[in-house]
Amino acid sequence: MNIIVCVKQVPDPEAPPASFKIDSATNKVIPPPGVPPVISPFDEQAVEAALRVKDAKGGKITVISLGVNLLRDVVKKPLSMGADELILLEDPAYVDGDSWTTAYALAMAIKKIGQFDLIFCGRQAADTDAGQVGSAIAEILGIPSVTVARKIEVNESKVKVEKVTADGFDVIETSMPALITVSNELGEPRYATIKGIMAAKRKEPIIWKPADISADPAKLGAAGKRMAMLKLFQPVKEGKCEMVTGENEEDAAANLAKKLVEAKLLS
Amino acid sequence: MAENKGVMIVAEFLNGKLAAISKELLGAGSKLAKDLGEELSVVFIGEGIAGIAPEAIAQGADKVYVVDDVLLKEYLTDAYVAVAEKVIQQVNPRIVLAGQTTLGRDFTPRLAFRLNAAATMDCIDLSIEAGTKKLLMTKPVYGGNARAIFTSEVLPNVATVRVKAMTALAPDASRKGEVVTITAGLDAAAIRTNVLQKVVQEVQGIKLEDATVIVSGGRGMGGPEGFKQLASLAKLLRGAAGASRPPCDSGWVPETMQVGLTGKIVSPDVYIAVAISGSSQHLAGCGGSKNIIAINCDAEANIFKEARFGVVGDWKKVVPALETKLKELLGR
Repeated sequence: MNIIVCVKQVPDPEAPPASFKIDSATNKVIPPPGVPPVISPFDEQAVEAALRVKDAKGGKITVISLGVNLLRDVVKKPLSMGADELILLEDPAYVDGDSWTTAYALAMAIKKIGQFDLIFCGRQAADTDAGQVGSAIAEILGIPSVTVARKIEVNESKVKVEKVTADGFDVIETSMPALITVSNELGEPRYATIKGIMAAKRKEPIIWKPADISADPAKLGAAGKRMAMLKLFQPVKEGKCEMVTGENEEDAAANLAKKLVEAKLLS
Repeated sequence: MAENKGVMIVAEFLNGKLAAISKELLGAGSKLAKDLGEELSVVFIGEGIAGIAPEAIAQGADKVYVVDDVLLKEYLTDAYVAVAEKVIQQVNPRIVLAGQTTLGRDFTPRLAFRLNAAATMDCIDLSIEAGTKKLLMTKPVYGGNARAIFTSEVLPNVATVRVKAMTALAPDASRKGEVVTITAGLDAAAIRTNVLQKVVQEVQGIKLEDATVIVSGGRGMGGPEGFKQLASLAKLLRGAAGASRPPCDSGWVPETMQVGLTGKIVSPDVYIAVAISGSSQHLAGCGGSKNIIAINCDAEANIFKEARFGVVGDWKKVVPALETKLKELLGR
């Protein structure tokens, strides 16, 4: 099995909301001091999904990430979890684009890799929350896609996927090669092992520039984007919570009950 | 190629009727179409759905394009995207809107890329910029910490809209509209996925999406036991019990109880958040509630910034006392 996983470095979504700041002049997020970026959590689950397939069927896992200033300790995490190879599309030409340019660049890199049975992506990135790059890569490569997966099982030339739905899940079968986006219902990603961390330290990522993947510069980054972001802003919160107190916690609770009934919120 | 014109909604159905999200999209689409001075159309993809067309017209559609085919009985990415592409090539709309639902999340990006466009997913506001006629699409980003306004450089503009973010029009049965049938022309061999099984995890009592009162628990519940207490309070209030993501990920409660960015989007009259810190991704699911009531032992918890009433305390003491007093006051 040749498996490819696409991962994205994002600002840590678990950072306290109070530390989240935007530079309104550039429409960009100001990285909170002392909070390093992480691999987008759903992408870590995509790595875990790939590792589970490798555990069952054997094979090779190649991880691809696109961006600039990719911190090696961050983007090497999939290697320390057990992935085999890391390819970085690291060049200013790749960034400041949109999901279209990102999907195009990743698809071109996947074409260069050539051999693949499954491609895994997170269901959505923790920064843009869009969830389109996975489906878009499948569309560009002309392969089937199944999104928001919670379980993946490979049998011969087919893959069976449990796809999360609003009231349960669907069991979907498709041919390979296929692209699958992974959701948190898959379960916690495994921890890196000491052996894995040591191996990841020794392994240097392969860097591919636009020419390496035969990408059309007009279709990359800011030059190729279809979407324009006019404004990035933080919604204003009113913050007028009435704190209900009492002699003790039980008394405060009883006072809350009275308030809720008096305000006709409950009847 | 003719000029792109009009607003097109991609409909979804539930139990032989138009789904709530589709009515909301028609409500939002009517306003956009009016501001553009153009037509609002809706595309029906499915099997045995033509009879629902009058409902869409009553909700604001000027035209209903019906693609009815046995291969479209259930949602399959390849089939639905191919059909939608065909309809869009024929009608050439300026704007295409779908719901941010199980279907829309899967269908819309593939459709947009096939049209050589990109989609803007999970919009909570849409408006037309006067003069330029550009569609301004506002969507939450960074797990709800921020919002971004996007425009698209290519037509059609493709977007999905968050459930309950828009308001449906009051149905008007006297509205007139046109129904146009389009053949699917599908090649069964080009459909590469197959649904082997649909598993519905039944939830007892009122569904989260329909509840007027929700009692939700978070990581601070510490385990599955406390959720019995929350379910009891929810039952007393004739509401439903929910959860933030950590209790679902930890297996304390079923995943279908999750309220949040990647779970259910709810907007009850009263949302009682117990031992929930108030992460942006959770607030993305419950922020539309009319009144949030927060119970948390941490006075600095972010949830209090969103709440109308709050109690600082241990849920193990607060929730039973709240239930006892409400039982007395409500006479139940």
